[in-house]
Amino acid sequence: MRRRLHRSAPLAAVLAGALLLSACGAGGRSDDGDGGDEGGGGGATAPGVTEDSITIGAHFPLTGVAAPGYNEIPTGAKAYFDYVNAQGGVNGRQIEYLVRDDGYNPTNTSSVTNELVLEEEIFAMVGGLGTPTHSAVVDFLNDEGVPDFFVSSGSLQWGDDPENAPYTFGWQPDYEIEGKIIGQYVAENMPDAKVGLFLQDDDFGDDAEKGVRQFLDEQIVAAERYTSGNTDVGPQIAGLQAAGADLVLAFNTPSYTALSQLVALKLGYQPQWFYSNVGSDADLVGSLLSRFSEGAVEGGSGSLDGVMTTEYIPGVDQPDDPWVQLWQKVWDEHGEKGELTNYRVYGMSHAYAFVQALLAAGEDLTRDGLVEAMEEVGADLDGPQLAPFRYSADSHLGISGLRVVEIRDGAGEDLTPVLVTDIGDAEIAEDDSGQDGDAPPESGVPEAP
Amino acid sequence: MATALRRGRTWWAGSVLGRHLLVALLGLVVVVVVLESASDFRNLQLASMAYLGIAAGGLTVLTGLNGQISLGHGALMAIGAYTTALLLDDRDAGTPLPLVVLAAVAVTLLVGAVVGAAAARLHGPYLAGATLALAVAVPGIALYFKEQLGGEQGLRVVLPDIPTWVLDLAFFVTGQDLTRSRYVACLAWLTLIVTFVLLANLSRTRVGRRWRAVRDDEVAAELAGIRLGRARVSAFVVSAAAAGAAGAMMAITVRLAAPSGFTITLSLTLLTAVVLGGLGSLGGALLGAALLTFLPQVVTDLGVDAGLSDIQAAELAPLVYGLVMVVVVLVAPAGLVGTARTALLRRRLQRAGTGTSTSTSTDTAAPTSTSTTSKGTTT
Amino acid sequence: MQQLLNTALGGLTLGMVYAAFALALVLIWRSTRIVNFAQAPMAMVTTFVALVVVDAGHSYWLAFAAALVSGLLLGAVVERLVVRPVEGGPEINAVILTLGLFIVLHALAAVVFGNRYRSFPAPFGVRGLEVGGTTIALTGFGVFTVLAVLVTMGLLLALFRYTDVGLRMRASAFNPEVARLLGVRVGRMLTLGWALASLVGSLAGLLIAGGSLVHPAYMDSVVVYGFVAAVLGGLDSPIGAVVGGLLLGVALSFVSGYVGSQLVALAALVILMLVLTLRPGGLFAQAAARRV
Repeated sequence: MRRRLHRSAPLAAVLAGALLLSACGAGGRSDDGDGGDEGGGGGATAPGVTEDSITIGAHFPLTGVAAPGYNEIPTGAKAYFDYVNAQGGVNGRQIEYLVRDDGYNPTNTSSVTNELVLEEEIFAMVGGLGTPTHSAVVDFLNDEGVPDFFVSSGSLQWGDDPENAPYTFGWQPDYEIEGKIIGQYVAENMPDAKVGLFLQDDDFGDDAEKGVRQFLDEQIVAAERYTSGNTDVGPQIAGLQAAGADLVLAFNTPSYTALSQLVALKLGYQPQWFYSNVGSDADLVGSLLSRFSEGAVEGGSGSLDGVMTTEYIPGVDQPDDPWVQLWQKVWDEHGEKGELTNYRVYGMSHAYAFVQALLAAGEDLTRDGLVEAMEEVGADLDGPQLAPFRYSADSHLGISGLRVVEIRDGAGEDLTPVLVTDIGDAEIAEDDSGQDGDAPPESGVPEAP
Repeated sequence: MATALRRGRTWWAGSVLGRHLLVALLGLVVVVVVLESASDFRNLQLASMAYLGIAAGGLTVLTGLNGQISLGHGALMAIGAYTTALLLDDRDAGTPLPLVVLAAVAVTLLVGAVVGAAAARLHGPYLAGATLALAVAVPGIALYFKEQLGGEQGLRVVLPDIPTWVLDLAFFVTGQDLTRSRYVACLAWLTLIVTFVLLANLSRTRVGRRWRAVRDDEVAAELAGIRLGRARVSAFVVSAAAAGAAGAMMAITVRLAAPSGFTITLSLTLLTAVVLGGLGSLGGALLGAALLTFLPQVVTDLGVDAGLSDIQAAELAPLVYGLVMVVVVLVAPAGLVGTARTALLRRRLQRAGTGTSTSTSTDTAAPTSTSTTSKGTTT
Repeated sequence: MQQLLNTALGGLTLGMVYAAFALALVLIWRSTRIVNFAQAPMAMVTTFVALVVVDAGHSYWLAFAAALVSGLLLGAVVERLVVRPVEGGPEINAVILTLGLFIVLHALAAVVFGNRYRSFPAPFGVRGLEVGGTTIALTGFGVFTVLAVLVTMGLLLALFRYTDVGLRMRASAFNPEVARLLGVRVGRMLTLGWALASLVGSLAGLLIAGGSLVHPAYMDSVVVYGFVAAVLGGLDSPIGAVVGGLLLGVALSFVSGYVGSQLVALAALVILMLVLTLRPGGLFAQAAARRV
């Protein structure tokens, strides 16, 4: 009898342990007395903001299969925030930037976002990466009223529906307008090309295909999809070859650019390649391809010569660009070890835009104030982007356009001026904002608009 | 004499259920108190602990009591989660939540029966390899049927509004409003308690004894008239059902079912929880789930404080898991709970001054390993 | 037609790599009756060792040798320190242990070598060979891969069939007690088995990496496919492992090219289950009496 009762002891002990554990952890928080964040919006005491600091957060894959490459973005953003902090911060407030690892797993994204928002009380989420990952938290962030700025992904859902996601803003040009601009360029300049599509099998490939097909539907002879994580793309490239495609529009990540080039060599397949911006990091792909075998692949950043692509911010292949010079200076002063890469430039570029947003929102910083300011002045912000943002009360989509370039000696050579458009049937037009060719302010820190 | 014995036995059987219900009730009270005093963030963390615990509970029954290893429980959770997501695709989906959970359990159970039937023929490394292949294969299905299952982006899960009577009840009991995260945590823990009571009860019945008999000695079990295949499949089905419930809770907590949430890492995580706590012990499974939920944050923070970069610190958590897994198998194969229990038992025996152990193995969920050799885990 | 041929040839090279990996699994299975789930990360670590050598400016072949030697050592060390205590114990403990090692090695490699894509050189051309004016999907390195795996298989066959050591290794694994009575130093044989297996695993790693990209998780898919290949061949026979690897490689290549790359893993699962159900002893078993 006595023993039997005993057996249940461990279970009870664990439950009691759980009580203890969470009670300890929760102790500090529960008597803060914030019954809900919405109510506490009055005054200038937004969550995460004090007299001299602003806490913001982000989720990135720092571990796991998706980590290579992407894990460099937050190091760039952090370097820029440190640079701004060293110059006195924003309105006297230092930016504290918390990065959490989600391993590109939505379950983890959800739990680290809970931690950032509920426990660390961040003021805003800045640059959270990935479509499936960010999908898991976008509703939560909007329910809680947390500004969700500059999602690091070109999916349409970051900004095409401000009514349902009023706090979410995209940043990079969405994949659909990139597809449209590429499609129109090909239709006008290569009307006889037999077009093959090489697509990542997710929203990236889907949105882009939608854009491309607006202009090229009849020219497309094959569409092959690869699954991210499966590094054997031989069967897909063989499929494009068999369909006789002589122009391949590829929407993939940089490592798959290297893989597709290798497989094409193997198959003796020599189409004209057109990689979308994401996959065309000439510097990175070049360094990946540089070591293969005795001269079978030309080394260095020249290995993508003749390939067409698009650009919407200047990258490390343009060391003379004033923006890149700023990024180089920031990285030298505040970066970790390692070179400045395009991933890091990406991180710095959106960090720059976020500092602009903070300045636009003024000294009395509130979450709603930040969103309103962005809707009001967002479309006029200067910055490294070649085309202006589309931010307004009706759209939270990011950069409105890009230009088509051809890679020569590892750097882009313009094939078109900067072209701007919007999702759906919007016309494609030349950009007249003068964003292209501007330079950062002397200090490297944006001025209040 | 014989009738007295029989009466004693029936009473005993009844008392097992009674005892479990008592513990469950106690647990419920503890859970309500804890969730009530915890912040929203802790509530959500506790919700993830609960769904990990449910799945680990199912796995520990399979591995600890029946001796079958499964690296595919992540895939089974995916099936539960996708079923939930398909039923809760918008706010007016209209299906009551308990039905949704039951449906998730039922679908997973069916799949579990098929997998279990195939798995029943396999042993040790073969079974591990086959279930590993299952864990890797299932997310691909969601990618292939993009139209129905959402592809890489997955399916959003919309939690229906909290019923008014629940809100009223919560206010009546606790005197404060029920937040969504607390509601989710309550659901998950309620499911956990129900699952654990069922699992604990089942493992004490004839079914459970058969599972153990098959685990301990197949030949003897077969001679005793136990159908090996049936015992194995039934253990797998029960375990799969628990994984289905866990998947449903996961979908509700995370608000999304996407392939990248069900990588091989999830299956390995579950196995870690089970091994850590002690094979076959439900309490151990819960303890393992607690460690897996709370440890990463602690370890990562320690790493950052020690001057590691964010990227390096992020690798610390898996490093610690892996090390702990290796060390536990080498040093304390009975797991944390099992080892503690053995130590307690030994001390009590010493105090009683008897060398021969009284029979303690009949009524314990965990394999009572009185030796700490590696064989202690599964014999 | 050309697509068919190229898909098949691509599958062939890939299949050879699975075969190499399956050989390593077979070797450990023969020597300790354990399936080593940590085989892939062990090989991955040695590939990174090779990369360090290449980065230091040395030749590919020195790096190649360094990887194989470090594989040999790593296998011996792992067996001695970690695996020894669970040998002869419940199967499940060994499985859990090697899975634990899997996680540890992964995390360690990411911390030490960094979690990013890097290119790995190949000693021979990565351009497809030309046959009668058309390029076929077989590279110089692909030919090297095929030859390397066949030679390895031959050596292993010879080891088990014609040498004393091979016989002792089999005896130690099959029945340690009896082997010990017969004067075989069982412990030493087990260590040797793991060391050799780890060496073969390193070779597989080098063959996958050559002319492609490596990162800490680059071998992960091979864990599953290598296992399936080994089981196809019966988990006990070097020839079986190679044939199993080839069949699997070609089959998966066709699934990827003609059905959808998302379903490759599912196809592997289906093949595995079919084999385990219909021919539990593998494709070449004479007697089907095997406990799987």
